[in-house]
Amino acid sequence: MNIHEYQAKALFEKFGVPVPKGAPAKTPEDFINALAALPEGPTMVKSQIHAGGRGKGVFTDGYKGGVKFCKTKAEAREAASRMLGNTLVTAQTGPAGRKVQTVYFTVANDIKKEFYLAILLDRAASRPVIVASTEGGVEIEKVARETPDKIFKVLIDPAYGLADYQVRELVTKLGLAPAEAKNASKLIRCLYAMYWATDAAMVEVNPLVTTPTGEVLALDAKVSFDDNALFRHPEIVALRDLNEEDPKETEASKHGLSYIALDGNIACLVNGAGLAMSTMDIIKYYGGNPANFLDVGGGASTSQVVAAFKIILGDPNVKGILVNVFGGIMDCNVIATGIVAAVREVGLKLPLVVRLEGNNVEAGKAALAASGLAIVSGDSMADAAQKIVALVAKAA
Amino acid sequence: MAILITPETKILIQGITGDFGGRHAGLSLDYGTKVVAGVTPGKGGQVFEHGAYRVPIFNSVADASRATGAMVSAIFVPPPFAADAVLECVDAGLDLAVAITEGIPIKDMVRVKRAMAGGKTRLLGPNCPGIVAPGAGEKSFGGCRIGIAPGYIHKKGRVGVVSRSGTLTYEAVYQLTVRGIGQSTSVGIGGDPVNGTTHLDVIRMFNDDPETVGIIMIGEIGGNAEAEAARWIKANCRKPVAGFIAGATAPAGRRMGHAGAIVGGAADTAAAKIAILKECGIEVAVTPSDMAEALIRAAKAKGVALS
Repeated sequence: MNIHEYQAKALFEKFGVPVPKGAPAKTPEDFINALAALPEGPTMVKSQIHAGGRGKGVFTDGYKGGVKFCKTKAEAREAASRMLGNTLVTAQTGPAGRKVQTVYFTVANDIKKEFYLAILLDRAASRPVIVASTEGGVEIEKVARETPDKIFKVLIDPAYGLADYQVRELVTKLGLAPAEAKNASKLIRCLYAMYWATDAAMVEVNPLVTTPTGEVLALDAKVSFDDNALFRHPEIVALRDLNEEDPKETEASKHGLSYIALDGNIACLVNGAGLAMSTMDIIKYYGGNPANFLDVGGGASTSQVVAAFKIILGDPNVKGILVNVFGGIMDCNVIATGIVAAVREVGLKLPLVVRLEGNNVEAGKAALAASGLAIVSGDSMADAAQKIVALVAKAA
Repeated sequence: MAILITPETKILIQGITGDFGGRHAGLSLDYGTKVVAGVTPGKGGQVFEHGAYRVPIFNSVADASRATGAMVSAIFVPPPFAADAVLECVDAGLDLAVAITEGIPIKDMVRVKRAMAGGKTRLLGPNCPGIVAPGAGEKSFGGCRIGIAPGYIHKKGRVGVVSRSGTLTYEAVYQLTVRGIGQSTSVGIGGDPVNGTTHLDVIRMFNDDPETVGIIMIGEIGGNAEAEAARWIKANCRKPVAGFIAGATAPAGRRMGHAGAIVGGAADTAAAKIAILKECGIEVAVTPSDMAEALIRAAKAKGVALS
């Protein structure tokens, strides 16, 4: 689960990580109060969406920049009124962009130098890793590619936690002056404490900055959480912004389905994540384009299949459906009956290819054939994928 | 010989009184697996009944293991308690804990893995279908089935299968079985980013197992475990190996069902992994329908008989 920058910074403050003074606003009326909380002078205005590249983004009405430096509060208010309610398109949002529903005003601090700091899981080591770099404010992937010697990592032993010598090692490598080093050490310890206490998946500060007065501040904040751990963090769940999520994905999760929309036109409904991914792959392999990832889980009950069909059909791009179920434990006949019921309930008009395999598969295929519905059976994944690709191509 | 277990292995089931654990305990008993104990705290002394089978329930893993001699556990307990269930296996000195549970917090697994370091207990999973050593009976009955895989799709034989995904494992096993090719062991290592046993761990065991003559390795986007295994295979494994990587069409930065199936950078995409597999001499299945055929091609090239 992702949260907004302004929410992340509120968490930072709670854990003692210094951030520039700031205030969010969700309506034009809020602008006055929010700005009143900040001192007069240079102010940043930042569009709050769950996507990166905001600074270089362009709004759909042509207004440029989702993050603006403003010399005065009046200028900041003007910029905010252009951003709020407007749709911002960045390299990460896709062409549709995201509607800005909150803007965040912050003090524009003087910056001495920019750094990079992140905490995440190192999968190979199965431990948290702190990644820091002297190159901040740019894409870390670019730094890793071009100057990997400027990236420093420390792995943290979960049995002990972050050790003092590791913090010293990091601030030394970042080349900080003594006063800065002291502040940065405290910041790193507080940030790690937050990462660990909140079950964060990733905490990224880009840039982390030093100021001419020796302060160290998190100028930006990107935080995501481990979905599996949300059950023990109601305070984090409360930060969820459904406006930032695809409503079809939200609806799917209510039914225990895992759905992700893609931009193709062949929908798929599959049991198991690995099989669902490879069903998308095989559609592409045979010249089609998958419209979604959809894992109905191991069970694939009738009610889930009905919900899945409804979600799939909510995507207007969908021109055909491929159902691929390996009914290992479940009776294929039960699954077939569920598919037939779902097709009748939603009044499906699009081509549908069903590939069933496993327990009692013959009875399942017979049930599909006996339904009188235009359901095409596929014998293998390859056969089924070729059939749906051909049917969709024919209909076009 | 299968790896990690044999058809005769005695197992205990943590969470046997839950719906999920109970259902699969029954299916394992039907398959002929020696399910000798169940563990549910507070229900010690009760009995799990399935047909003519009566399985005693204990309050702790240590009690169950002491009383029955079972050294392998299948864990079906809900995610908030699953990490604790694994640690209990470690403390009881079991050989193998197979965690089926999906949705365990990553931090819990980070701590569990650290606590297990240097110990004798091996963890398989979590978020995995388990492990099957097919039996010699009809439809491979009489084997050891730990977890949730359909037993009947297997056939006793000489191919090792290792995978991060449940249904893709069944797909591969089934493709082999319908071609008359049996399996020595089918191992699901799970779809989470932190797991107990890696592709490489299992590949090493298959390489050392004289009864396994060919290997199918199934991976997906995210992490570098498949690349690590592929490089080891190139340097050390003389057996034919086929590979498949799911997720070629997955968008970057999105979690595709499995917690671990997410593209984080340039190195963990399907295309990057497939390139490394090929470079390491692994026959890559072009589609998921091609997994068994890919192994047949690899075996032919090395002059190995798979069945």
